[in-house]
Amino acid sequence: MKTEQQYIDLFTQYEDLICKNSSPVMNAPRAEAFAAFERNGFPSLKSEDYKYTDVQKAFAPDYGLNLNRLYIPVNPYDVFRCDVPNLSTSLYFMVNDIFYDKALPKGHLPEGVYAGSLKVFTERYPQIAAQYYAHAALPDANDPIVPLNTMLAQDGFVLYVPKNIAVERTIQLVNIFRGDKDMMANRRILVIIEPGATARMLVCDHSIDDVKFLGTQVVEAFIGEGASFDYYDLEESNSSTMRFSSFFLKQAANTNVVVNGITLTNGLSCNNYYVSLDGENGEISLCGMSVLDKEQHLDTHTLIQHHVPHCKSNELFKYVLNDRAIGAFSGRIWVKEGADKTEAYQTNRNLCATRETRMYSKPQLEIYADDVKCSHGMTTGQLDENAMFYMRSRGIPPEEARMLLSVAFTSDVIEHIRIPALKDRLHNLVEKRFRGELAKCEGCRICK
Amino acid sequence: MQDSNNILKEVTAGEYKYGFVSNIETETIHRGLDEETVRIISAKKNEPEWLLEFRLKAYRHWLTMEQPDWAHLNIPPIDYQDIIYYAAPKAKDKPKSLDEVDPELLKTFDKLGIPLEEQKVLSGMAVDAVMDSVSVKTTFKESLAEKGIIFCSFSEAVQHYPDLVQKYLGKVVNYRDNFFAALNSAVFSDGSFVYIPKGVRCPMELSTYFRINTANTGQFERTLIVADDDAYVSYLEGCTAPMRDDNQLHAAIVEIIANERAEVKYSTVQNWYPGDKNGKGGIYNFVTKRGLCKGDHSKISWTQVETGSAITWKYPSCILAGDNSVGEFYSVAVTNNYQQADTGTKMIHIGRNTRSTIVSKGISAGHSQNSYRGLVKISPQAEGARNHSQCDSLLLSQTCGAHTFPYTDIQNETAVIEHEATTSKISEEQLFYCQQRGISTEEAVGLIVNGYAREVMNKLPMEFAVEAQKLLNISLEGSVG
Repeated sequence: MKTEQQYIDLFTQYEDLICKNSSPVMNAPRAEAFAAFERNGFPSLKSEDYKYTDVQKAFAPDYGLNLNRLYIPVNPYDVFRCDVPNLSTSLYFMVNDIFYDKALPKGHLPEGVYAGSLKVFTERYPQIAAQYYAHAALPDANDPIVPLNTMLAQDGFVLYVPKNIAVERTIQLVNIFRGDKDMMANRRILVIIEPGATARMLVCDHSIDDVKFLGTQVVEAFIGEGASFDYYDLEESNSSTMRFSSFFLKQAANTNVVVNGITLTNGLSCNNYYVSLDGENGEISLCGMSVLDKEQHLDTHTLIQHHVPHCKSNELFKYVLNDRAIGAFSGRIWVKEGADKTEAYQTNRNLCATRETRMYSKPQLEIYADDVKCSHGMTTGQLDENAMFYMRSRGIPPEEARMLLSVAFTSDVIEHIRIPALKDRLHNLVEKRFRGELAKCEGCRICK
Repeated sequence: MQDSNNILKEVTAGEYKYGFVSNIETETIHRGLDEETVRIISAKKNEPEWLLEFRLKAYRHWLTMEQPDWAHLNIPPIDYQDIIYYAAPKAKDKPKSLDEVDPELLKTFDKLGIPLEEQKVLSGMAVDAVMDSVSVKTTFKESLAEKGIIFCSFSEAVQHYPDLVQKYLGKVVNYRDNFFAALNSAVFSDGSFVYIPKGVRCPMELSTYFRINTANTGQFERTLIVADDDAYVSYLEGCTAPMRDDNQLHAAIVEIIANERAEVKYSTVQNWYPGDKNGKGGIYNFVTKRGLCKGDHSKISWTQVETGSAITWKYPSCILAGDNSVGEFYSVAVTNNYQQADTGTKMIHIGRNTRSTIVSKGISAGHSQNSYRGLVKISPQAEGARNHSQCDSLLLSQTCGAHTFPYTDIQNETAVIEHEATTSKISEEQLFYCQQRGISTEEAVGLIVNGYAREVMNKLPMEFAVEAQKLLNISLEGSVG
């Protein structure tokens, strides 16, 4: 049987139930998405973009779905204590794909700002929501996850910041995978930053049970003219968690955006980033870093589209691979005819520590304008022997020296983060990750 | 700015210099491809049984394949049944001296500037000229034979050295390799064969010239170069075709084998007819070129200057199987008007301490699309592999495109791989600097483009470097050079 069939059957059988537990705005694009999914299905290993990640295999097992939106007994505050020292955030939780509304932060947000359940938001403000929902991640997008997610997603998180409002406090969203049997979660995040507004968002992924989790996530971010937005994504799940995430970013004129994706622990992740620079003088810094060992697998695709002149994009991705880890990076910069004075830079650097690691890299440029400055660079190798020798000659043990050099290698991705406290915390986390100590955090269940 | 815009527009004014048809009596067979065609070709060439078998196997495999569509190219559908798969100058008695060679043919070669005649002996080249599909005359064969070097047309090699041909044919490019390789293996009509025996350094540069003359013929030539232990050879290949409106198909295979400590240098100047200003006509150049560094310390170096063809699909590659073997790829690809090129290389590292260098320079003008596509693969056993790739693109108009698609598959942690690419137009500062010193914009652009391509041009043998430089200027005539 085809892998797609069980999802087609599921949707045909439970469409009413899915719709009942969602909102009209989210239900509107479902039919189109279903048609696209039926048409395209999952990509095979022969597909150029999914050569290194077996999507069909990931989706083949029978996962449970919480279509009835049953309450999952978990108190996130009990399980989550990994907060960032010296950084007070507005903290929100999602358990699988349900927004956790039992404990909401109070009084932190400026007036008019909405952070919370996507289902509630789309019911309360259908006009605003309908203008944005599924407008960047089109239901029939050329991405295998979007149609599936659009037809199954029932809830998610939304951040809405009205005109000229600056949200000082970082919005932190903690996603927790929780389940007693193999679970699938379809999560949706919508970010609307109106002209002149500013916001920062930190999203963390955690898994607290040892059953298999399969998450699909579609993030749509719309950044209005003159707005500024930071999005930090930290994956700290476990080896039985698979995540397929597609991030869509649309930037108007004079916007400044930082997107940073860090993968420390996971099973299999496939992160797709689609950035569309639609207004002049838009600036995007898209970074990513990952520390992979054992059987971890990370496949990153990026597409930055320069539609208009005078935009700037800067892309930096770094991988550190150990044991039998597999890393894949495929980046593409696309410059439209007439998008002159574009500056686009792309860098991918990788460290491989053992024979069994695999690194596949494909940095691409597709340029149809002539007055541009574009470049990409890619290196794969191991730690510099001279540097290692230098450290060892000063009495630093080889393990320690290797760790220090690896930390230094990844630190420039963390340097792109614009929240100092988070930067410190991540430096710390990465160091701990290299020491293999991440699983020994004090107290909380995630880091037991 | 207006000025330079005008000048850049004139880029399109450069017309094809080599467009002429020589009226030589040619013998062609019926259109279309079936087993019968394959048998006829084989029979016409009086081939042994095993070669016919090879062709038929390839043909049957080809039937099961589809034309690839992954390249960044827009290829109009090709009717493989509307092509004449064999065209040869009519067989008269074999000429015994140059006087007996058809004067029309000699004129053609004169126009091409091929050193086929006596006076050209001085230039010290041995030429195997392939017109349409049959090798016409090979010069210098005797002096090469003294050293034990075999340089002859492929069909001659099949007759005289069947063992060598059978031993090496299809060993680097299997007939199953890809669609065009299968097609070529089925219907190839001629080409060149080179064998350099152990310890011999070929004293002169070997050269072939390919020319497509008859309308609607595809040229399917096959080149096989074998350098035995400690041998060295430098091989030059040049291509032209007359102007014709119909697109003509060219699907060639080049196989190189370098044994222990052998070195092969392969240089191409490709100047097939690129079509006219509106993208009408031109050659489809779908070529499979691959070298196998079989022995330890062997080296294969590809240098190519690609200025012609309406569509180019070509990836000269190196399989670095021997320990300490070296692969090099230097390329300048110029596209103008409506030309499309998807070209690059594959470096497959298998042996220990293998090294590869890739330098690719793309220049796009007019409405053309120019892509670099390359693969660097490090196998698990390839300890200490080293690769450096550099791909630069220069854009000369607002309507052209320059793309880079490098692939890297790393399966060994000791590998050190670097890839760099830049895309930009000619810097206005550089132009301004030249103009300030009284150099016209046109000349300045020429200087800058030539300087940009120098790194690759320097790798070409002397005779070719001069021609390549001229070609570069002709291709971008009007504005550049």
